[in-house]
Amino acid sequence: MSSAVAHRLPRLLALVPYLLARPGIRIDEAAADFGVTDAQLRRDLELLWMCGLPGYGPGDLIDLSFDSETVTVTFDAGMNRPLRLAAAEATALVVALRALVDTPGVLDTDAVQRALAKIEAAAGMAEQAPMVVGLATREEAATATVREALDRRRALRLRYYTASRDAITDRTVDPMRLLLLEGRSYLEAWCRLAEGVRFFRLDRIEHVTLLDEASSPPAHARPTDVSAGLFRPAPDQRVAVLLLGPDAAWVAEYYPVDEVVELGNGASRVRMRYADEAWMVRLLLGLGSDVTVQEPPELAAALRQRAAAALRRSRAAGPVTFRSADLR
Amino acid sequence: MSTARAERLVNLVLCLLSTRQYLTADRIRTIVAGYADTPSDDAFFRMFERDKAELRDLAVPLETGRNSVFDTVDGYRIARRDYELPDIDLEPDEAAAVALAARLWDSPDLAGAARGALLKLRAAGVDVHDEDSPVQPRVRAAGPAFGTLLAAVQAGRAVTFEYRRHPADAVHQRTLEPWGVVSWKGRWYVAGHDRDRAAPRCFRLSRIVGDVRAIGPAGAVRRPDGLDLLAMVGTSSWQHDDHTPSGTARLWLAAGRALGLRRRARPLGQVTLAGVPGDLVEIDMHWPDTAARWIAGHGPDAVVVEPEWLREMVLSRLTAAAGEPADEPRGDAVRAKARR
Repeated sequence: MSSAVAHRLPRLLALVPYLLARPGIRIDEAAADFGVTDAQLRRDLELLWMCGLPGYGPGDLIDLSFDSETVTVTFDAGMNRPLRLAAAEATALVVALRALVDTPGVLDTDAVQRALAKIEAAAGMAEQAPMVVGLATREEAATATVREALDRRRALRLRYYTASRDAITDRTVDPMRLLLLEGRSYLEAWCRLAEGVRFFRLDRIEHVTLLDEASSPPAHARPTDVSAGLFRPAPDQRVAVLLLGPDAAWVAEYYPVDEVVELGNGASRVRMRYADEAWMVRLLLGLGSDVTVQEPPELAAALRQRAAAALRRSRAAGPVTFRSADLR
Repeated sequence: MSTARAERLVNLVLCLLSTRQYLTADRIRTIVAGYADTPSDDAFFRMFERDKAELRDLAVPLETGRNSVFDTVDGYRIARRDYELPDIDLEPDEAAAVALAARLWDSPDLAGAARGALLKLRAAGVDVHDEDSPVQPRVRAAGPAFGTLLAAVQAGRAVTFEYRRHPADAVHQRTLEPWGVVSWKGRWYVAGHDRDRAAPRCFRLSRIVGDVRAIGPAGAVRRPDGLDLLAMVGTSSWQHDDHTPSGTARLWLAAGRALGLRRRARPLGQVTLAGVPGDLVEIDMHWPDTAARWIAGHGPDAVVVEPEWLREMVLSRLTAAAGEPADEPRGDAVRAKARR
């Protein structure tokens, strides 16, 4: 199968009806709609101009009237409607629209519903799709204000909980977009405190205020490519080698790990990157006997020290002397 | 070459759309521009077969049939009502929703299919602007198993694959009658009837090892009526959102520390513990193991006051992390308690 034709033919079949619906359209505008260069669109038009009905006389060929910048179809040779949606096209669009219906407070779900009904009718799509997507987006306390800031292009004042440092900070941000990914909502914004583009999980925003100031991320601030996940390897990250017991096997799936080696009986050895030692120690403390740190030694030492300090404090408040009744 | 072929295929579509009679291959060879120059019958038929396959790949509804009982071979035509996209008209807010939906997919196959759909909607006269929306839902690619599984669901065929229940588990061969491919919170699953377990089951695509093979005849899998695939995956995953707390715990938190715990806690009053200022708080617990893990993670900044069994669960984690020898009898008592 020639992939060049497979790419070009759908465009050629769509072009005539597209132009019929838009007499005198600018060629650069049409090229942009089809995602091709002006030169490619002109080559497509020249090809179509040679096509037509058997006989191929002057009255049988597709006729176009060009000028330097615009084009109009004057004879369509019977190709006045686009081809129906292929099954894969209908599935991709209908399944996506059905997913967007379930985004309370984030999208105009009424418009999504209406669009879905029309697309389903036009696509002749069966009720039972082979594929279903649940975004599982929840409306958080901050959702409405974040949406308003994006719609009105205004800056926001956030009180935000940073889990990696277990800290709460106040900061002013210039919103860029609201990303719905893996069941969570993230505000991507230029953070004036960090002087960089940052993600803010909406369920970790403690308090949000819409400012009168315009949102003005610097020109070099770009949305992050999240196609490979939200967390990307960074050069300053350290690597831990951990032995995970069966009850901690979930760690290898929940957090990005570079390598998993099966050790039998449900145990495994993983290499895991981490940026913040305090965060890593919190994770490891919680896992208790289900994890052993092989590397690096300073992480193992930090873990032991922190655990020992916790035990001392806990024992200082033993179960007998430390009763809630005494604390009042 | 490519230009000549594209031109010939457009001519073939125009010709077959314009005829109500079935046209035989020989007739097509005579009248459609681009076929006349073929050097031999063989070359023509090979070319024509390839062209038909190309059109069918694009979902052009190529009909075969005979005009009368006296015809000796099948002919071809395209029924206009099957070819043409029905009339569709979208309001601007509906068109915006469609544009957003088309950009949901962060995987090349699905994104390409969605772009193909937009192309046709634009050709139908609908203005769908492909511009950045402030809200961007994204669903990432499902991995290598996706294509085979989706095709098997569509064909109604059973599949077999090797599977790990969790990352460190041994690999087992599984055979499934697939009902649907499901993305839930960004994770991909296939749901269906598990022949080995004789029960409905969901499988994570990322835990499938190696290739998925479709087995058995097409149409052999019947999906139950009224099946809710999302509910099937949602209830089998252990990450429920809307569960009710199974109890409460009282904790002492060092002043200004353990902020993650404080966010979910109700303050009860200021308390000094071993000379360290702090607060007594109450939290709702959902899963004892998760609560113990979370609290233990905060080390000396969080101390369980009650219940006693949670205190022991946390202490056993801290004891292990400190490298102290485990206090065996008490460890057993903790486990027995946790299981209850």
